[in-house]
Amino acid sequence: MSRSVYLDHSATTPVDHDVLEAMMPYFTSDFGNPNSLHAWGRKARKALDEARNQVAQLINADPTEVIFTGGGSEADNLAIKGIAYARKDRGHHIITSAIEHHAVLDACKWLGKEGFDITILPVDKYGMVRLDELERAIRPNTILVTIQFANNEIGTIEPIEQIGSICREQGVLFHTDAVQATGHLPIDVKKLPVDLMTMAAHKMYGPKGVGALYVKKGVKIAPLIHGGGQERGLRSGTENTAGIVGFGKAAVLAAKRLANNENENEKRLRDRLIDGILERIDDVILTGHRTERLPFHTSFCFHYIEGESMLLRLDALGIGASSGSACTSGSLEPSHVLLAIGLPHEIAHGSLRLTLGKDTSDEDIDYVLENLPKVVESLRAMSPLGKRG
Amino acid sequence: MYSQKVIDLFMNPKNVGRIDDADGVGEVGNPVCGDVMKIYLKIENDRIVDVKFETFGCAAAIATSSMVTEMVKGKTLDEALKVTNKDVAEALDGLPPQKLHCSLLAEEGIKAAIEDYLAKKGNAKQEESEAKQCAKA
Repeated sequence: MSRSVYLDHSATTPVDHDVLEAMMPYFTSDFGNPNSLHAWGRKARKALDEARNQVAQLINADPTEVIFTGGGSEADNLAIKGIAYARKDRGHHIITSAIEHHAVLDACKWLGKEGFDITILPVDKYGMVRLDELERAIRPNTILVTIQFANNEIGTIEPIEQIGSICREQGVLFHTDAVQATGHLPIDVKKLPVDLMTMAAHKMYGPKGVGALYVKKGVKIAPLIHGGGQERGLRSGTENTAGIVGFGKAAVLAAKRLANNENENEKRLRDRLIDGILERIDDVILTGHRTERLPFHTSFCFHYIEGESMLLRLDALGIGASSGSACTSGSLEPSHVLLAIGLPHEIAHGSLRLTLGKDTSDEDIDYVLENLPKVVESLRAMSPLGKRG
Repeated sequence: MYSQKVIDLFMNPKNVGRIDDADGVGEVGNPVCGDVMKIYLKIENDRIVDVKFETFGCAAAIATSSMVTEMVKGKTLDEALKVTNKDVAEALDGLPPQKLHCSLLAEEGIKAAIEDYLAKKGNAKQEESEAKQCAKA
């Protein structure tokens, strides 16, 4: 009998039932525009304020430091272009890394075409940014360093504290895309030397289409969207009240899970899956760092076979996975992350990512460990590569 | 994104394997590009009596391998050489645009295997048809 095992939580998570319940009134009975002065508006405003407190609390920020956006990509763009435009009189140099999400990488590349100077730092084989490379790259006209908190494809957690400290010492602003990390790792922006940080609700059991940018008090950025002046003038447009309320509730629940050390169980299951796959299957490598790794994240490259084939065979068995192979991307190039960590193309084509969620069980892991080796074996039997009998 | 036919053949491909005493073997594609197709032919009286494939690649590559081997089985060499990538894609009820190069690989795979056979027989020049560069999207 086939199960349904969703292991693509890095792509998106289901909305928690409590989150949905918290959101529902703001579509119908409490539908007011938070900017209206009447009772309907005030009710929505109150909900918005509370959600802002909740998201702020998750990362120990001041509520005024949280700017709600239409998602993680928008928050990344707001941070990067917002700083670029606010600081262009001070300099034109921005530093990022080779394994950023495209929302960061492509925003930087676009600024490159607009006359900014972009340095893309290489990473080591685990996907770690090298601190000495960062130190060397910073110049007097550097206005921003943007390096992700943790990578979506290979799960590696960057040395954010050290990166931030280097930026502080050099007087350069530091933005981190924490979409994969928020709600899954403890983050305290009062302790971390971070000036701007991107979050997204749908990676932590909140709704899609809502994100936030943490902007440290005193850091000036330019808006991308002009209009009614909402979100301190940094993101105009009537607020997505229901979505933001959902984000707030998701933040409360995530904080609770972190306080209860629930990610320790996720980590245990993650390690069961990693060890189980490495034990059962030959010619496979774990991509990313073994320990400096998101608690829910596993990613591999299987030799001699291709990622999309694995993904679709697993899908037919009720297992939801993803891949950074060329065939899943619509282009003919494998993922820039896998190439940046030095994998040859033919290995990168065999990538498979399995990302666990809060409801993933031991039985789910058993099911994958039982079926994945069969999928790999049958595709390898079909492959001309790998000198098979 | 894939037709039901592509999915069906990907899940249950026909003619998978190798022929140890094949009369013609063609290998096209490149692991760097993410697909390699190896076609084995058994030929009697200029007719393909058996055909097998081994493929490294995505679902489309595997489904097109299966389809093209079915299409050429029993055909004369001349008939088999006339099977085009368009024929293969059509027989699969279409392929997504970014996967059309997989059907080209199928056509080239059959041609390469036939050329190998003819070259072994010594009555044809072997042509370089192997894709040395990744196909353009």
